[in-house]
Amino acid sequence: MTTSAERPCGARLLAALPADERELLVSLARTVALPAGTRVFEEGEEADRFWILCSGTVALDIHIPGRGSAVVETIGADGLLGWSWLCPPRQWHLGAETREPVLAWEFDAAAVRALCAERPALGLALVTLVAETIGERLRATRTRLLDLYGPSADGPAP
Amino acid sequence: MTLTPLPYRVVDRREETRDTATLTLAPSGEPLAPFAPGQFAMVYAFGVGEIPVSVSRILDSGRLVHTVRAVGAVSRALHGLGPGAHVAVRGPFGRGWDTTAARGRDVLVVAGGIGLAPLRPLLDTVLAEPEAYGRLNVLAGARSPDDLLYGDEIPSWRRPFAQATVDRPSAGWKGRVGIVTGLIGEARFRPPDTTAFVCGPEVMIRATARTLMHQGVDAARIQVSLERNMRCATGHCGHCQLGPLLLCRDGPVVGYDRAESLLTVREL
Ligand SMILES: Cc1cc2nc3c(=O)[nH]c(=O)nc-3n(C[C@H](O)[C@H](O)[C@H](O)COP(=O)(O)OP(=O)(O)OC[C@H]3O[C@@H](n4cnc5c(N)ncnc54)[C@H](O)[C@@H]3O)c2cc1C
Ligand code: FES
Repeated sequence: MTTSAERPCGARLLAALPADERELLVSLARTVALPAGTRVFEEGEEADRFWILCSGTVALDIHIPGRGSAVVETIGADGLLGWSWLCPPRQWHLGAETREPVLAWEFDAAAVRALCAERPALGLALVTLVAETIGERLRATRTRLLDLYGPSADGPAP
Repeated sequence: MTLTPLPYRVVDRREETRDTATLTLAPSGEPLAPFAPGQFAMVYAFGVGEIPVSVSRILDSGRLVHTVRAVGAVSRALHGLGPGAHVAVRGPFGRGWDTTAARGRDVLVVAGGIGLAPLRPLLDTVLAEPEAYGRLNVLAGARSPDDLLYGDEIPSWRRPFAQATVDRPSAGWKGRVGIVTGLIGEARFRPPDTTAFVCGPEVMIRATARTLMHQGVDAARIQVSLERNMRCATGHCGHCQLGPLLLCRDGPVVGYDRAESLLTVREL
C-alpha cells in the first residue's frame, strides 16, 4: 500500500477482495464528481446507493430541531460512504453533505446485491469489508464516548 | 542531567486554548543542559509542587518552552504564571523520540490533545531537514476546535499531509470530525518504510498502534510516549514503573513492541 494520492480509488478499502471479484464489482461503479455543499442523501430516504470516495470529504449529519444539522462524523478519501443499503430497512439513518469537491465511485445497491447473490464468494467478501468499516466506526464512536481529552479522563492514577 | 532544581523565570506566556498555555522560561543563572525532542523537565511551582512537563519547542538560547494544560493543582499553578514569575526546573530527563531511526523513512506523527506538545520539537527537527526524511504526515485529534493546539502551525506541517480532527465540532467548524485513527487511511505513507510517533491519551495510543500494525507498520517502528506519575525522575523512587520499565529513565518514549504487552495488563 502506498499513499492515498498515489493509489487508485478504493485500493485500501477493496484490497481484501480477490482481483477478479474486485474488477467485477468496480465494473458496476460510475464515477461521480460532486461539488462542495452537495446533499448526497437525507435521513429517512431509501438507501439505494453507496459510494467509495476517491478524494474529498463528506460530513454525516443529523437534524436536531432547534439546532439545525449536527455533524457526527466525516469520511475522507478511500472511505465507504453508506452501508444502510445492505440491511433492512434500507433507509439512511443520517444525512450526508460534501464538505469539499468529491470524486467518488457510485454503486447501485440493487445491482451490487444481485451480483453478490450470483457470486456468494464476492458477497461474503463484500459483507466482511462493510462489517469491518462498521466495526471501525463503532470502535471510534465508543472511544469518543470516553471523552478522552476531557479533564482527567485518562491521566495517571492519583 | 541536573538533579538540583535551577531557577528560571517566565519571560513569555501564550494562551493556546482555554486551559492550555505555552510558557517560555529563561535561566536566572546557569541553564540546564540542552533537551532533545520528547524529553521532559521537572518543573516546580513554588509552594505548590513539581510535575513532569515535556519541552514543546527547543531553542538554542538556553530558554525552555513548555506547553502546560491545567488539570490539577500544580499544572494549574504553572498555567497561571505570567512574565516575571519564578519557577525551578530539573532536567533533561528520559529517552525522547529516536529521530535517527526515522531518517530516510516516511514519518507519521499522531497526536491527541496535549500530546501534540512533546511532538512539536520532533516536527521542528524533521522540517528543518526535510530531505533527510520521506513524507511527513501529521494527524492531530482534539476534543473541539477550540481545544486544538498550535492551530496556526498545522498548515506548515502539510508535507504532504496534515489534518486535524475533533470529537465535538462547533457550528462553524469546516474540518474533520471523528477520532484521529480515522485519518490514518488517508495519510500518505508506505507502512513498511514508516516510523510513527504517537502521543496522547493511552486509549488513543493503543487504538492508533493497532491500526498502524494492521496496515503493516512494524511495532518496533511505532514510538509511543507514555505517562505515569513521576516523583524523582531519576530512576530511584519507582513511582513511574510500568512492568519492568521505569518510564522516567527507560521512557517516556518506548517502542510499541515493548509497550504493547504492558499496556494491556490491568493495574500495571
Ligand atoms: C513524561 C511526562 C511528560 C508530560 N508532559 C506534559 C506536558 O508537556 N504538558 C502538560 O500539560 N502535561 C504534561 N504531562 C502531564 C503532567 O505532568 C500532569 O498533568 C501533572 O502531573 C498533573 O499534576 P497536577 O498537580 O496538576 O494534577 P493532579 O492533582 O496530580 O491531578 C489532577 C487530576 O488530573 C488528572 N491528571 C493528571 N495527569 C493528567 C494528564 N496527563 N492528563 C489528564 N489528566 C491528568 C489526575 O488523574 C487528577 O484527576 C506530562 C507527564 C509526563 C509523565
Ligand atoms: S519517577 Fe522515580 S523512578 Fe521514575
